[in-house]
Amino acid sequence: MPWVRSVLAILAGRSLQALIVALVVGIVSFIMMQALPGDAAYRIAAGRYGYDMMDAASADAVRLELGLDRPWWIQLRAWLGELASFDLGRSHVYGSSVIEKVATQLKYSLLLAGGAVIASLLIALPVGIAAGMRPGGTVDRISLVVSIFLRAIPAFALGIVLVLVFAVQLGFLPVAGFRGPQYLILPSLTLGLGLAAVSSRVVRDAVADAMSAEWRLFARTKGLTARRTIMSHVMRNAALPVVAYVGVQGAYLIEGVVIVETVFAWPGIGHALVHAIFGRDVAMVQGTALALGLIYVGLNLFIDLTCRLIDPRSS
Amino acid sequence: MSSRSYARKLFAALLVAGVASASSVFAQDRTNVAIASPWEIASADPAVSGFVIQKLQIMENLVDADTQGKLRPGLATEWSVSPDGLTWTFTLREGVVFHDGTELTVLNAAQALNRALEQPGVLSKAPISRITAGEGALIVELERAFASLPALLAHATTVIPAPTALDADGIPSDLIGTGPFQVTVFSPPQALEMTRFDNYWGKAPMIETASYLAVGRAETRALLAESGDADLVFTLDPTGFAGLADVSDVSTVAVPIPRVMTLKVNASHPFLDDPRARQALSLAIDRAGIATAINRFPEGAATQLFPPALAGWHDDTLKPLETDLNAARALFADLGWSEGDDKILVREGERFTLELRTFPDRPELPLIAAVLQDQWRAIGIELDVNVSNYSIIPQGHKDGSLEVALYARNYALTPDPIGTVLQDFGAGGGDWGAMGWQNDAVELALETIAASADEAERTEAIRAVASSLQAELPVIPITWYQHTVAIAEGLQNVIVDPLQRSYGLSELSWAE
Repeated sequence: MPWVRSVLAILAGRSLQALIVALVVGIVSFIMMQALPGDAAYRIAAGRYGYDMMDAASADAVRLELGLDRPWWIQLRAWLGELASFDLGRSHVYGSSVIEKVATQLKYSLLLAGGAVIASLLIALPVGIAAGMRPGGTVDRISLVVSIFLRAIPAFALGIVLVLVFAVQLGFLPVAGFRGPQYLILPSLTLGLGLAAVSSRVVRDAVADAMSAEWRLFARTKGLTARRTIMSHVMRNAALPVVAYVGVQGAYLIEGVVIVETVFAWPGIGHALVHAIFGRDVAMVQGTALALGLIYVGLNLFIDLTCRLIDPRSS
Repeated sequence: MSSRSYARKLFAALLVAGVASASSVFAQDRTNVAIASPWEIASADPAVSGFVIQKLQIMENLVDADTQGKLRPGLATEWSVSPDGLTWTFTLREGVVFHDGTELTVLNAAQALNRALEQPGVLSKAPISRITAGEGALIVELERAFASLPALLAHATTVIPAPTALDADGIPSDLIGTGPFQVTVFSPPQALEMTRFDNYWGKAPMIETASYLAVGRAETRALLAESGDADLVFTLDPTGFAGLADVSDVSTVAVPIPRVMTLKVNASHPFLDDPRARQALSLAIDRAGIATAINRFPEGAATQLFPPALAGWHDDTLKPLETDLNAARALFADLGWSEGDDKILVREGERFTLELRTFPDRPELPLIAAVLQDQWRAIGIELDVNVSNYSIIPQGHKDGSLEVALYARNYALTPDPIGTVLQDFGAGGGDWGAMGWQNDAVELALETIAASADEAERTEAIRAVASSLQAELPVIPITWYQHTVAIAEGLQNVIVDPLQRSYGLSELSWAE
């Protein structure tokens, strides 16, 4: 079947991509960590035993234990060897298994990313559709200004503003941490608003294009109600670019998660990555970067398959 | 229905859904205390996270200390030393149980301390030859007399975890101790929840539960205090601290702690080998200005190395360090320096240029480095500031390339600072202390302080050390640090420990 064949082709292509991403991400993050100034052994010693305990003696102990004095290419080869057996090694600072740590953190980050995408769709779809129905109308113009404003604010500042309004002034929501579903709302909204700022415009353009398309006029002429036309023709056609764009937003999301998790003390992978970089925990940096890279590949795969599903012509 | 009204309805529905999902934060039931601080608890291992485990009173030490640093019984009821000063005996408290019901034995204590001895930490720096389990008591044998051994057993890395919490490699993998609070939920590295431990050997805490959240960003911590989500918030930045002063149901306190921002000076550098040169550098520093404008605590301007929080080491009779640019210029003139064409001092064709190394982990350090650059330029010294990884400081100490370094040093890692002071100013100096500086009298006095248990003898030696450090300035103190805390209204008996050993949870209570 041609449809099955095209899905298989997608799967094969993306698997190859995943392999390449894993290698490139692992090697590049390793090289970048090596290129940082200063002696990693001191950093790791400080991460383990505290700043006040860190001295040349504890750094020497760490260097010896982790073999940091080996040539860089031997260290990299050791990591690649472990990767081949699906082992990401142990955290240099905490000694715990990287896979276990990444798996726990990933759960929280995916929850946050999912919350952000849902929040962005809840905002972008109605706003974008309303704006696209009447291009140049009031909704269109106001939403354009608001979206430029929201996209221009860094996620960090937006998060603090939302906390000030909803947690400090109104007292509706908790400030930070994670102890229940209500803790998900503000960080998701922070990311979601940033995503919606752009995706609402993509939705608007797609809807506006679909609304002015000849096939829409045809659907109306053949007697379909305005509502039927929108639901079964306009929406389906407008969905394609929107779904593809949600995939592109993965990049924004991964970048945003790192910042937003730090602001909201969210126990996710972005936060862990920042800590690992500061602590020179090379194994953790490679592990988290690898997970983020693979998620990106996975997301693209999901988008490819969804587009195939929406667009009957693609098979 | 027109498309416009359709969109409008959808929008209204979403708005309703959004508001409904935003359920209000559950109200505090006033038997719980929520704490926020910057420190993560990444592991159950005291060697890594001991300082948080100890503050939260989950695990305990053989020896405890009050906020003045005065030692008091912990899991050991008493301790004594043999006449030759080489064998210490710590009598273990009877009837102490861990949170999981296991009884505490001398063997558990010996096992935990032997592990702490193997790790880089306070114990490994002491002259300990053997730690063994005796009859109802722990025996510590020393290579030479060391009077402040009990103070080391009050350090965070020497708390006693339950034997049942150890994994196959002997590393604690669960937060089980003997303290007044037991952990119910542990979500490393950021959060944990605790409940009062009913079989605690000591006085039962008044609050029933406590939660802890590690929050890296100072802005978020201040917001947690302001919103009431956290009742006790530790370590606020100057902006957050000032902002919370205007919030009605939160009070703030700043307690001086024994952490000092100091300049490490290479005393073997040809420009700096004369004590007068170091005094001149010190005279050119406007400490009051730095303490007021950057740290925002004017009282933090250091007048000597040891801050008032270091009871017994701070000496009120010492002549305070001052700012006097003319005196500084005069000292450099005595040393043969004269002003060059570009206002920078020169001597025998050499410009007075120094490199200062510091690191950005404490955000105030690079700022203060820039201030020093400016202040020293006023007396004709050109300072290059190198902000990098902090490993460049111990490395520069080792290879002799370091000229001046700026960092913060905690002199009360253990309730008795002698361990740290000995490391910093003893023979050969230390990574975070003197460099290229030799003072036999100080060395001898430090050995006396470490070995002697005679209070009068110790006090005299401490005075001698403090006045030598003040006169010779192997490190130049700049400011003393403050520990800042935001406290929710109604929370009573909050004790802020300058030694940062405890959050004082077991003493806390809520006003009726």
